Amino acid sequence: MLTQEQAADIFSRIRKYSTADEVEGLFYGGRSALTRFANNTIHQNVAEENYGVSVRTVFGGRTARATTNRFDDQSLKDVVKASEDLARVQEPDGDLLPVPNASEGARATQAVPSRHFAETAAVTPEQRAEGVGKIVSIAQKHKLTTAGIFSSSESIEAIFNSRGLNNWHTQTSAEISITMLAPDSSGWQKSNSPSVANLNPQVLAEIAAKKAVESATPREIAAGKYTVILEPAAVLDMTGFMFFDFGGLAILDQRSFLNNRIGKNLFGENISIWDDVAHPLQSGPSFDGEGVRRQKIHLVEKGAVKRLVYARASTEKMRKSEYADKVGPVEPTGHGFPIPNEMGEGPMNIVFESPRNPKSVEQMIASTERGILVTRLWYIREVDPYEKILTGMTRDGTFLVENGKVVCGVRNFRFNQSLIEMLSNVEQMSTPVRTSGEESFDMVVPAMKVRDFNFTEVTKF
Amino acid sequence: MKDLASCALDTATQRGATYADVRVVDERGRALATKNAKISNASDSRSQGFNVRVLVDGAWGFASSADLSRASVESTAAQAVAIARASAKVKQKDVQLVSEKAVTAEWSTPHKIDPFSISIEQNLALLQKIDSELRSVKGVTLAETNMNFRREELWFFSSAGADIHQTKVTTGAGYVAYSFAGSEIQKRSYPNSFGGQWQNKGYELIDELKLVENARRIGEEAVALHGADQCPEGAFDIILESSQLGLQIHESVGHPIELDRVLGMEANFAGTSFLTLDKLRTLKYGSELVNVVADARQEHGPGLGTFAFDDEGVPAQCTPIISNGLFTGYLSSRETAALIGLQRSGGTLRAESWNRLPMIRMTNISILPGEKPLTGEQLISSTDHGILFQTNRSWSIDDKRYNFQFGTEIGWEIKNGKRARMLKNPSYSGITTEFWNSMDAICSRDEWTLWGTPNCGKGQPQQVMGTGHGAAPARFKKVKVGSAYKGN
Repeated sequence: MLTQEQAADIFSRIRKYSTADEVEGLFYGGRSALTRFANNTIHQNVAEENYGVSVRTVFGGRTARATTNRFDDQSLKDVVKASEDLARVQEPDGDLLPVPNASEGARATQAVPSRHFAETAAVTPEQRAEGVGKIVSIAQKHKLTTAGIFSSSESIEAIFNSRGLNNWHTQTSAEISITMLAPDSSGWQKSNSPSVANLNPQVLAEIAAKKAVESATPREIAAGKYTVILEPAAVLDMTGFMFFDFGGLAILDQRSFLNNRIGKNLFGENISIWDDVAHPLQSGPSFDGEGVRRQKIHLVEKGAVKRLVYARASTEKMRKSEYADKVGPVEPTGHGFPIPNEMGEGPMNIVFESPRNPKSVEQMIASTERGILVTRLWYIREVDPYEKILTGMTRDGTFLVENGKVVCGVRNFRFNQSLIEMLSNVEQMSTPVRTSGEESFDMVVPAMKVRDFNFTEVTKF
Repeated sequence: MKDLASCALDTATQRGATYADVRVVDERGRALATKNAKISNASDSRSQGFNVRVLVDGAWGFASSADLSRASVESTAAQAVAIARASAKVKQKDVQLVSEKAVTAEWSTPHKIDPFSISIEQNLALLQKIDSELRSVKGVTLAETNMNFRREELWFFSSAGADIHQTKVTTGAGYVAYSFAGSEIQKRSYPNSFGGQWQNKGYELIDELKLVENARRIGEEAVALHGADQCPEGAFDIILESSQLGLQIHESVGHPIELDRVLGMEANFAGTSFLTLDKLRTLKYGSELVNVVADARQEHGPGLGTFAFDDEGVPAQCTPIISNGLFTGYLSSRETAALIGLQRSGGTLRAESWNRLPMIRMTNISILPGEKPLTGEQLISSTDHGILFQTNRSWSIDDKRYNFQFGTEIGWEIKNGKRARMLKNPSYSGITTEFWNSMDAICSRDEWTLWGTPNCGKGQPQQVMGTGHGAAPARFKKVKVGSAYKGN
């Protein structure tokens, strides 16, 4: 692994070669491996090691970035020159800020737990194959075939700048995703954690297998509005579509569904959401793309959006804008993306607040007269950016619930559902859990029971 | 590079690999963008590295590294072998590959102007000019422009003796005008969404796109959409302009014909396919007018799926996919071809970069233009009542590729053979084979464009790949329209 000392040495050479007013080095990379299986066979099995440095130079209101994965002197000279060539020819931007100083990048006041686990960093191909072997055995026990992944990685993220900022983060990650396939049905489970010890391939495989078996011979029922029980992965992939609208720049650009809606009761009173990098179930570095420390932000309080997140530049712009007194507190929150960028900032450590009276998925089913249990959603896309209507499909375990019981599997639905309405129609929630899907970054979200979820079509399986 | 590859191949074979290949990649990229007159992106990137892919004990292993030193090459090759041995612990049968002649070859993307030779000032000035045109329209609240260049140099060597060097050049550019008013965000993109038009071509593409000339119209359309009528719900004859038809091909033909999906290898993430093996040469995929090819050859055009050899050394080919409506072919690799009894791979294995495993990717999946002369205007004038869909806004399809729904940025009602009122928020949906069987007209060669889709995601870890899609405007009968807003 690239060490902090090695990165510091590389940055000192970058500084030496730089002729710019200011310079920043963003380091990334690590070692990762992924064992992939399908048809009860490991069919792909890969490993990589790669590190890079992205150099940003600043000349009086002009900035640009160049990236390389080679750290010899000539490559570093080349990357500095490429960044400077791109920056020098620009017209100065009066809104461009100096790079942050060391105090802005100081560690967060709240303790961020270590996310590096030696056991996870040391996972071998044999250990991953052993885990896959257990999953395949469970598939064979149920007369199913299985497909999925077992991955592990160790990574670094770091930022240094010429004003003395020096932030370093290292972490590990492990992930298992399992699909169990029967002739006309399937089931799925996925789990991700900084520690491989938190993943249990057999438990995940048994749940996925149960879903595949119980959804066999799916019944076709008509599209329409249904009460749905969305398992956490389905909640994650739906709600993940809204959080990039919670940045100050999104409001200034007038591309956010929160324009003219901040402070209003947008969702149900039972919805409260935080961004909290220090939460024990979260992951990632405690600093943003400029190196500024991340703050804990209460984004949604009892259904009303109360706070936005800000990069430093967006803060300055917002303070001067017509929205300044309508968007809650305006201050740098440590959520900026590396500069330059189009998006500004976004909350990346989402945690839904635990409900007062949490219900398990089983309790939600037991309380439902007629509804649909959804394991997972797929290919979600935004139909309407302001009403936040999303379309997508159910997948890998969709069930009819009647009189408090799962009755049978059903053919998959297409939905066209406003996220605003969905979060206004939540009747029950579980305790939030760390959740991994395919359409969103990982978050801490609950399962939800939602009324009047809008299915518009049925597919053929 | 040859010494590096020999070292890796020797190490792998000495440690027990029955087959090994090495890919070395040196890629350079440049991205420039503006947002409301300010530079929102100015970045260069350079990445170099290599990978070793091996077959040991009938199973695959793959390892990659950015460190091109001899010690790293040896250890990476040894790592690939060790990984393959672990793979062999969970297998049902040994991997077989169809044979392929190993060749020595050199190829470059044909291009007139190296995009990296154009000054940054000239490019930024062009983007600023477009920006200024877009924002000269009252009601445009956000204008974004972009320009992207990529140069990839790839070396491929195999234990069978292949020695292939290719250089690919990609250029892309486009822009978007947004308009926020009341409770609506509307947008128009040019020449297409997904960053505009992308081709394996030099800077000459930028001039061909007439970017400045179209900017004001695009801005005006974005604003005018607020006053347009909502697209109605119901069954309508619809016309898809060529970029939207290109994406329709991508989603409802290109992905389901990937043989790795068909064989279950992508079941956990991208999904499977309704095109089970029994459907080859038996399924009536579309109407008689539907002819689709997978063509990676240079003569097909400068698509993002154009090359001379794929990433396992198989020459570019043209595979008939749909012939007069009949389903006739899959996208295959050496491994998947062997699994279904084909004699040869279709040559579609590609990787995003040096640190990714090559996998089956669309090449240029194109619908052939109509043989009878038919212009876009003639297509409209022969339509009594219908809806014209332009420029994709949303796209979604199930994991077997049956049920799809697309939305476009703008629609136009066609009445009595004429383009009538503008429609906002248009969408259409259907079932893949029912849809393609409803195609009753397609324009001829003059209206055919080879579009680039730069953002196709597949694989674990996910890889983003560029694909090409040639298409001409086409008409489909009695398609379900407007479901996206039903119930909302």
